[in-house]
Amino acid sequence: MLDVLYFIIPITIASAAPLIFTAIGGVFSERSGVINIGLEGLMIMGAFIGILFNLFFADTFGAWTPWIALLVAMLVSALFATLHAIASISFRADQVVSGVAINMLGLAVALFSVKMIFGKGQTDFIQQKIPRFNVPFLEDIPIIGPMFFKLVYGSSILAIAVAFIAWFVIYKTPFGLRLRSVGEHPMAADTMGIKVTKIRYIAVLISGGLAGIGGAVYSQTITNDFGHATINGQGFMALAAMIFGKWHPLGAMGAALFFGFAQALAISSSSIKFLEDIPAVYFHIFPYILTILALAGFLGKAKAPKALGKPYVKGNR
Amino acid sequence: MSNRMITILVPVVSIFLGLLVGAIVMLISDYNPITGYMALWNGIFGDSYAIGETIRQISPYLLAGLAVAFAFRTGLFNIGVEGQLIVGWFAAAYVGMAFDLPKMIHLPFALIAAAAAGALWGLVPGILKATLKVHEVIVTIMMNYIALHVVNALIKTLSGGGFKLERIHESASLRSEFLSNLTDYSTLHYGIFVALAMVVVMWFILEKTKTGYELKSVGYNENAARYAGMSANKNIVLAMVISGAFAGLGGAMEALGTFGNMSSMGGFTGIGFDGIAVALLGANTPLGVIFGATLFGSLKYGANNMPNEAGIPVEIVSIIIALVIFFVACGYIIRVGLIRLRNKKEAK
Repeated sequence: MLDVLYFIIPITIASAAPLIFTAIGGVFSERSGVINIGLEGLMIMGAFIGILFNLFFADTFGAWTPWIALLVAMLVSALFATLHAIASISFRADQVVSGVAINMLGLAVALFSVKMIFGKGQTDFIQQKIPRFNVPFLEDIPIIGPMFFKLVYGSSILAIAVAFIAWFVIYKTPFGLRLRSVGEHPMAADTMGIKVTKIRYIAVLISGGLAGIGGAVYSQTITNDFGHATINGQGFMALAAMIFGKWHPLGAMGAALFFGFAQALAISSSSIKFLEDIPAVYFHIFPYILTILALAGFLGKAKAPKALGKPYVKGNR
Repeated sequence: MSNRMITILVPVVSIFLGLLVGAIVMLISDYNPITGYMALWNGIFGDSYAIGETIRQISPYLLAGLAVAFAFRTGLFNIGVEGQLIVGWFAAAYVGMAFDLPKMIHLPFALIAAAAAGALWGLVPGILKATLKVHEVIVTIMMNYIALHVVNALIKTLSGGGFKLERIHESASLRSEFLSNLTDYSTLHYGIFVALAMVVVMWFILEKTKTGYELKSVGYNENAARYAGMSANKNIVLAMVISGAFAGLGGAMEALGTFGNMSSMGGFTGIGFDGIAVALLGANTPLGVIFGATLFGSLKYGANNMPNEAGIPVEIVSIIIALVIFFVACGYIIRVGLIRLRNKKEAK
């Protein structure tokens, strides 16, 4: 039994990390009132840029490469998210439609570039991966040590840290208060002198940046190359984690960890005695079914930000 | 320029902008956009074979577009067309392979099975929306993934661990020797007539029936419709079911016409998502959907010629389609621009 946990928990945390980053990105955007269905496309962009930078600059930066790649992926995806921001905030576009366009555009641009640069459908494999290490001292704790602190990816620790930082920013800082007020009642916020448009732009850019990191973490820990199926639903799973976590950063992290657990079970179910008879498909569809149940209120009522999806037009009542 | 004219011009401007940015992307990537678009044109209209294949490609787009447009008209956003199309594809392929019936029964049976499967996949978000007020966008997205994984698992089980179902029997096929011969042995099949018939069906339901009137009323103003004594809940469910049935038939086009079977899928077909673009461009009207589907079906098929003739990756067309959706979404600003242009002209 313990062996099973030693095996599954590290996979859980590794598969959850990209979801945590992206889901928290989603929390920022949606808390400001902007639906971001485009998380998948933003993740794709991040995954692609991460691999691209890693391949081209591995010689220059050595072991630092994957970390700088995360930074570059963050910047590029934030830039890419600007499109969604312009459309949905300034141009009053339907946020869902714009998000769908972002998803399609992200995949198309990434694949187009891959074909142009590499002359084939996927990139080469990277040599500098995100390192795994043992956390000193903590790894020696009996039972828990080997479960949580042996051979963890640096990015996983970062993901959990980001969740707590996001919680602090959203609930304990003036910016967070403004962010939430803009998502709940933009007109009231505007009356109080909060710049609705500016806050929403910042929020969507943050969501792009975090989704970019999420994608780059995924491609640099799990697939190690980039092709058409590298990101296949993780963005939507992050969206699901955000909803399941009730638009709260720590809730989103919890949901992402849970979905990571489902993925880990799917990967390893055939090698675990009492799970081997359950077809993997049940684990695959598990997060999606849970999200539907969560939305239907069977798992406790979650309330979306009130102004979600509505463009704010100054002067309208 | 009348307001009606501006409504028509918005999608046209969006397409133009999409093609323009596509050309710029080609220029930046060191390709010649003129050669590129020539290759695209030839890929669509080059010879009778290309035309046949293009028309063949249009039929699933027509149905996906109808599915999105129908839901839109009733105030719902069906992003689940992709999943509904996948289960429809599976149902048609399964009925086509598992039964052996006379063609008169088998083909309609397979088509109905596809429509029913799609309808069932639309029923879930419909009921959840009607009874529990759950937003249909997220539910339909989740249903897409559930469809993908479930169908892949079913294919694996039915084929004894393989990745492909057996071919359908000839009696369930939409293939047509006549159409094929007419177009230099392309894979053009009768599906296009099924799709066009559905365009008429959508028009008929929306414009000529009481149900259609109620559906549109609920879409236009749910509260007013309720006040007038219509059951908004019943209509929401019905709209999602009909929308799903259209999408399921789109899957039948692939199962019974183009491919004749189903293989397990590594990702989505993209037809369902492109259906959103088709519907948007067509302003959610049946006639508009024909226009949108023709455009996207042609672009998608014609793009295959771009790598051969101009050395440009096919993905350029996906970029263009995504941009067109993006610009249509930004229709408000294009409309403002056009109105300013009109006012300036009138001032002169």
